[in-house]
Amino acid sequence: MFELPSGAEIQGIIASLEASVGFFIPELYLSVLFMLLIVVDLFAKGRKNNLLSITTLLGLAGSIFFIYQQHSMQPGEFFFGMYVLDEFALFFKYLFVISAMIAVVITMADEQFDREVKSIGEYYALIVAMLIGMIMMASSADLMMIILSMELVSLTAYILTGYFKRDPRSSEAALKYLVYGAVSSGLMIYGFSLIYGLTAQTNLIKISAELSAHGYDPVVMILASLIVLAGFGYKIGAVPFHFWSPDVYEGAPTPITAYLSVASKASGFALLMRFFYIAVPHVVNPYEDIIGIDWVSLLIILSIASMIYGNVVALWQKNVKRLLAYSSIAHAGYLLLGIIVMDQLGTQATLFYLLSYFLVNFGAFYVVILIANKTGSENLDDYRGLGKRMPLAGAALTVFLISLVGLPPTVGFIGKLMIFSALLAKGSLYIWLALIGVMTSVISLYYYMLIPLNMYLRDSEQHGEKNMDSGMLAKVLMALLMILTLYFGLFFQPLSDFAKYSSAMFGVKLY
Amino acid sequence: MEQLTTIGLNHYLTISAILLCLGLFAVMTRKNAIVILMGVELILNAANINFLAFSKYNGGMEGVMISLFVIVLAAAEAAIALAIVINIFKIFKSVDVSSIDSMKE
Repeated sequence: MFELPSGAEIQGIIASLEASVGFFIPELYLSVLFMLLIVVDLFAKGRKNNLLSITTLLGLAGSIFFIYQQHSMQPGEFFFGMYVLDEFALFFKYLFVISAMIAVVITMADEQFDREVKSIGEYYALIVAMLIGMIMMASSADLMMIILSMELVSLTAYILTGYFKRDPRSSEAALKYLVYGAVSSGLMIYGFSLIYGLTAQTNLIKISAELSAHGYDPVVMILASLIVLAGFGYKIGAVPFHFWSPDVYEGAPTPITAYLSVASKASGFALLMRFFYIAVPHVVNPYEDIIGIDWVSLLIILSIASMIYGNVVALWQKNVKRLLAYSSIAHAGYLLLGIIVMDQLGTQATLFYLLSYFLVNFGAFYVVILIANKTGSENLDDYRGLGKRMPLAGAALTVFLISLVGLPPTVGFIGKLMIFSALLAKGSLYIWLALIGVMTSVISLYYYMLIPLNMYLRDSEQHGEKNMDSGMLAKVLMALLMILTLYFGLFFQPLSDFAKYSSAMFGVKLY
Repeated sequence: MEQLTTIGLNHYLTISAILLCLGLFAVMTRKNAIVILMGVELILNAANINFLAFSKYNGGMEGVMISLFVIVLAAAEAAIALAIVINIFKIFKSVDVSSIDSMKE
């Protein structure tokens, strides 16, 4: 059935591979870093030795140099249409590398690691492996690459979630994450098999061309879309695929929670946007007999459900990490709003929102770690009176929470403003969506502000004279994130220009 | 009658759909973590059968390649999953997922 390729064909394939490797340098570099970290681990014994974390930080900083060089390269597909390099992918490469760096820094600050694990071992290597997976997710242009990169991210995330082996909460979180993750990625692969059956193509652009050229069976397409959306929805943590996230966010080591809530979610969005914009057919009324079921409607349902559910259920939370988990479900809803718009302004708004969310969420989790180091608790009640005992941490957390609500003068306000204005610019069609977004933001004000309320206006029962100083380095980083949140809230031009520059996919601006 | 005696694409797709449903059923109704993982394997294998059948009837090798990769992924996933389940058993003395519920709303 299949003939063996001739010698000339093989020569051509080798030449094409050699040409492609030049576009793959950051990933290769990170793979080398991954293996190097495993070797360094053999020499660096014990947690107190910072050799491993410093190596990771320097290595990750080095990768930014290679990513920066890719700006001058011609955007396009390589590795036989498996992989793509464009401004959109570059944006996420920066986002993920810097997320990994911050995750390493806040791991160094987290004292829970001293108590729970004897040796930090392969922890940093796994963070780098997850980073490679996420970068590949943002650059995939083929169903097979999507499956592989998504599983690379998921498998490392399961291990990292359960990294505190003796802690029941961490192990339980790992099991729940594993079960939900395995089922939804299995469903996604089944959905891909249906799409492959419809089109006989695996490349996203070719799938789109095939679907528009030859038409498709609407029922099968809807079924496949729904099943594929289960995989993407699980990655971004949107309702109704969110069940894992509160338990995982609560049980996982806090740096991993922050890493998952920012980077892993962003990688899901990168994949969703690429798949949704490129592969899915967007005809005005594709199937006349089944009204109103297309990808835009599906995403609208997901978005509304996430915004309402996340914000309402968060009202009853007593654990700060769990509260932030529900808030991250709600933020997935806001981010989906920007995708629904489906034009350049919407993409720009989504990317900007991701940047602001990245800054603010890492800041919030960092402060939660510093407070947990001193009080040993993440419960809301134990935050009482902390505003006086840890003034800088209290102020920083308040700024981050204000930004999460979306109030000026913070970067979160600009992000929400851009998303809502992108919705309104699309015409009156989406006004009601923007209204729901604003209303749910108002609800979120209540539960976010419970934390400052506890910190500043309620006194703690225990008046221990414990040393609440968190160290110079921690204070500097905390202040830096706080100042950046405020700074970009006032001078957002550079970030929004970068987001605009990054909204080009496959070298083509949308519309 | 010919539908029944000649094996065609539909037969493969039916089998894979049945496997998918069985897998989902196992995941949703079983309490034992190991059995849930078996359900996940069924889902993945349903996808594999689909890929292979479409590859055979559409022509082209992409489906075969993807199913090879999915088999490897399933093995990796099983390894990690069993490690986590063993750890769960050490801590909770049980692999019953309904009893592993220490975190509440």
